[in-house]
Amino acid sequence: MAVTILMPALSPTMKEGKLSRWLVKDGDSIEPGQVIAEIETDKATMEVEAVEEGVVAAILVPADTDNVKIQTPIAILATEGESLKDVRDKSRATPENKEPPAPSSNVAEDSAVTDSGGEEQSLDHSPPLAPIPRSNKNTSRARESGAKERSATEEGVLPSRIFASPLARRLAAPHSLDLSVIKGSGPRGRVVKVDVERVLQVKSQVKTLSTSTASIDAVDKKIPYRPTPFEPAFESVAITSMRRVVADRLTLSKQTIPHFYLSVDVDLDRSLSARKYLNARSDDAYKISVNDMVLRAVAVALRQVPEANVAWSESAIKVYKTVDIAVAVAIKSGLITPIIRDADHKSLIEISNEMKHLIAKARSGKLTLQDYQGGTVSVSNLGMFGIKQFNAIINPPQACLFAVGAGVDTPVVKKGKVTTATVMQVTLCADHRVIDGAVAAQLVSSVKNILEEPIALTV
Amino acid sequence: MNFDVIVIGAGPGGYVAAIRAAQLKMRVAVVERQHLGGICLNWGCIPTKALLRSAEVYRTMSNAKSYGLQCTKGFDIKAIIKRSRTISSSLNKGISHLLKKNNVTIFEGAASLSDTAGDVKRVFVEDKNKKKSVITAKNIIVATGARARILPGLEPDGTHVWSYREALSVDRLPDSLIVLGSGAIGVEFASFFSAFGCKVTIIEKQGTILPHEDGEISALAHKSFKRQGIHIITGSGIKSFKRETKRIEVTLDSGERHGANCLLLAVGIRGNVEGFGLENTSVKVHNTHIETDGFCETDARGIYAIGDVAGPPWLAHKAEHEAVICVEHIAGNQQGKPLNTKNIASCTYCHPQIASIGLTEAQAVKVGRKIRVGRFPFMANGKALALGEREGLLKTIFDANTGEILGAHMIGAEVTELIAQFSIARTLEATEQEIMHTVFPHPTLSEMTYESVLDAFGRAIHI
Repeated sequence: MAVTILMPALSPTMKEGKLSRWLVKDGDSIEPGQVIAEIETDKATMEVEAVEEGVVAAILVPADTDNVKIQTPIAILATEGESLKDVRDKSRATPENKEPPAPSSNVAEDSAVTDSGGEEQSLDHSPPLAPIPRSNKNTSRARESGAKERSATEEGVLPSRIFASPLARRLAAPHSLDLSVIKGSGPRGRVVKVDVERVLQVKSQVKTLSTSTASIDAVDKKIPYRPTPFEPAFESVAITSMRRVVADRLTLSKQTIPHFYLSVDVDLDRSLSARKYLNARSDDAYKISVNDMVLRAVAVALRQVPEANVAWSESAIKVYKTVDIAVAVAIKSGLITPIIRDADHKSLIEISNEMKHLIAKARSGKLTLQDYQGGTVSVSNLGMFGIKQFNAIINPPQACLFAVGAGVDTPVVKKGKVTTATVMQVTLCADHRVIDGAVAAQLVSSVKNILEEPIALTV
Repeated sequence: MNFDVIVIGAGPGGYVAAIRAAQLKMRVAVVERQHLGGICLNWGCIPTKALLRSAEVYRTMSNAKSYGLQCTKGFDIKAIIKRSRTISSSLNKGISHLLKKNNVTIFEGAASLSDTAGDVKRVFVEDKNKKKSVITAKNIIVATGARARILPGLEPDGTHVWSYREALSVDRLPDSLIVLGSGAIGVEFASFFSAFGCKVTIIEKQGTILPHEDGEISALAHKSFKRQGIHIITGSGIKSFKRETKRIEVTLDSGERHGANCLLLAVGIRGNVEGFGLENTSVKVHNTHIETDGFCETDARGIYAIGDVAGPPWLAHKAEHEAVICVEHIAGNQQGKPLNTKNIASCTYCHPQIASIGLTEAQAVKVGRKIRVGRFPFMANGKALALGEREGLLKTIFDANTGEILGAHMIGAEVTELIAQFSIARTLEATEQEIMHTVFPHPTLSEMTYESVLDAFGRAIHI
C-alpha cells in the first residue's frame, strides 16, 4: 500500500513549520533512515528521516513552503509492487489523501511530559508513518522500535493516558481544551461529554469577565489563578513554541527536582594571565574567553568526579560515559543550549572555536536537533551582565548546572596580607536525588582548583 | 419482621431491585399480590413475543414456495396460546428460584403502607386467605407497575372488548378486530391477529401510526401493514360505540362507522397508584404516576418508586435499570448517576419489527441541531436477501459538527437485536469515526449499521 508521509512534529508544541528543502525527488528510491527533507521551525533546522522504504511517487508540498501544518501529507511513497503511476493517480483522485487524517485531538496531552535524553521529538501523536526528525544517536533506537514506541517508554517513564470518550475529545478539540486537567465524571474518571460542556460553559463565562486569553488559559490549568475584574490593562502576546518549551521544562524541573546549591569563590588571576598569554600568541586562530576556560574546567572536573556525571530516571540512575556540556545561549526568541560533546577530550582551543561556531548557528536559527539535544551537564554564565552570583534551574534530565558570575576585583587575604584579586563566584545547582552534598562539593571545588591552577586545563 | 428494604411488586423492576439489594447484603422482602415477574413476564413482553414468533413462523410457512419448500400450512390458535402461557409460567418459576437463591423473603399477598412517616416504616400484607401480617423496613420501593387505560363504557368483557390481557388468552380467532391505538401494544396484536387471517382495523387518534417513531419509519410501517391487509385509520378518535350480540360497532369523529367481532383497547396505560395506602403518605402522584427524583426517591423520605408506576418510558428494561440505580443509592453509593431516559432503546415486535433510540429526525431539527442523516435499505444487504427479508431500512442521525450519534431508527427483520449496537455506542459516546473504524462481520444484518453511518457521511459502499 502506498505510504503517505506526513509533516512531522519536531517538538511537542510545534504546530507548523517551513519545509525548506527536499533531498529526494520523484522517482528516488529511499530507505528507512535516509534524510529526505529539511524543516525549519522558529528554533532550528531539522532533518527528516524516512521511516519506510519505497519510491517517491509524489511530492505534495514543494520546497520552500512556509507554515506547513503538522500532519499534513507532504509526500507519497510507492511501496514494493506498486506502480508509481497508480499511486500518483490515486493520490490525485481521492481528495481525502490531501486532508489531514482524522482529528487526533489532544496530541500534546498524550505525549510524554518527560523524556529520556532531553530530546523533544518523543511524540506520541506522530502517526506510525510520520518521518522521524533526526537528532542524536538515540534516534536510531527510536526508529528500530518504530515511531510509536518512544524512547521514554524504554526508560520506564510512561506517558499518562487520558481516558476520554471520543465525543468528549471531538468537542474539546476546536477549543484546544487540555483534557488532562478536566475531572471526568464517567466510569473510572473518564472524561465524557458533560464534563467538556461544563468546562466550556465556565470558559465562556470567564470570557465575558475578562478579555485576557492568559486568564482564560489559567482556568484550564491546575493552578487556580482566578481572573480578577481589577486586573490592569495589558496586551496579549502570543506564546512562541520556544517560550512554551522553556516554560514547560523549567516548571517541570523546579517542581520535580530537589535542587540544592553550593557556591565557591574562584580566584581568577592566574587563569586571566594564562588567557592573556594564549590569546597574544593566537595569530587570530582562536580567541579564548573566560567562559571557554570554565567549560574546559567543568569537563576536566567531571572526569575527576565521574559520580556527578549522572541523571535520575524513575527506573535507574544513568551514569554517562561522555561529558557533553550544554551551554545556555541567549537568542532573540529566548534561550537555547547548544552542546559541546566529549568536552573532556577537547582542548581549550577546540572548545573555544566550537563554542563560537555554535553561538553563531544559534543566533542565526541554524542549530539542528543534534546540536542542542542531549547533554550531561549545563553551564550558564551571566558574568557579562555583571551578575555576581545566582542560582539557576537545572535543565532536566541533567543533574548538574554551573551558574557562573562575573569576575570582580575583590579584596582578599593572601599569606596574612590583604590584597586584591579577580574573584568569580561559581554556583553548582545539583539534583539531590542523584548527587549528595559531598560529591557536589568535590565537583565544585575541582572546578575552583582547576581555574586557580590553569595548567590543569591542559591535562 | 424487620428488613432493610421492602419491595412492593415483583415485576421486572421489583424483582431486580430485590436481587440487587440482596447482593448488597441487605435484608429484603418482596410483596407480590399475583405473579412473580409481573406483567412483563406473565401478560406482556414475553407471552406476546411467543405469540408473534408463531405468527412469524406461520408467515414463513406461507412463503415456503419462495424458499423452494413445500408444506401444508395450518394453525391451532389454542395450541399457540398454550405455548405462550407455558413459556410465561416457566419463566415465572425461574424468578421464584432466583429470589430464593438470593435469600429474598417473598410475601404473597396485597401490601398496604401504614405508618411510613418515621424511620421504621410499616407495611401490612394480607394474603389470599385474608391473613394479615406486619413487616417493617427503613426503605420501601414501590414497583406496582401499570395497567391498561380503559375508556369509560368500553370496559373489557372478555368476549367483545379486550385489553391486552384478554387478547393473550383467546380461545378462538375472531373474524375481525378493531385495534384502538397504534402504539407498540396495538400494532403487535394487530400484526399477530392479521397474520392468521383476522381482518384488522387500526384506529389511531394522532396523524400517524406509531406516533413516537421517526416519521419515515412509521410511514414505512404504515405501507407495510396496509400491504399485509391491515386497514388503518389515522387522525380520528371515536365518537361513540355500540355493543351488539356478537359484534361491536364504533362511530368515528367523522361519522364513519366500523364494525368488528372484537375490539382491543390499546390506548395507553395508567399507573397502579391505588389500593395500597399511598394516599396516607406524602408521596406526590401526578397523572396516575408517582413523582420521583433522579434516584427514584419520592417526596416521602425512604419511599422510592421505580418502573411503570414512576412514569414513562413504560419499558421493562427501564424498570430494571431504575431498580439498580435506586437500590445502589439506598446502599449509599455516591458514584451513582440518574437514569438517562434519552438513551433507552424502544423495540416493537410487529412485522416488520421496529426499533429506535435517541432523537427522531424531526426532533433533532427542532432542537436546532445541524444534522447528517444516513440510510441503508435491507434490499442492499446480502444477509437480508439470503434470509428472504428484503423489506426494511436503517436510518442514522448524526450531529454534523461533532459526529455525536443523535438517533438511530430501524424497521425490518431482527432490528430489535440490532438497536443495542447504538445503545452501546451512545453510552460510550462514540462518534461516526469509531463506527467507521469498526469491522462488522460479513454477512450479517449488522453491516447495515456500518453502511448507514457511511451513508450519513456520503461514503456508503453498497448503495
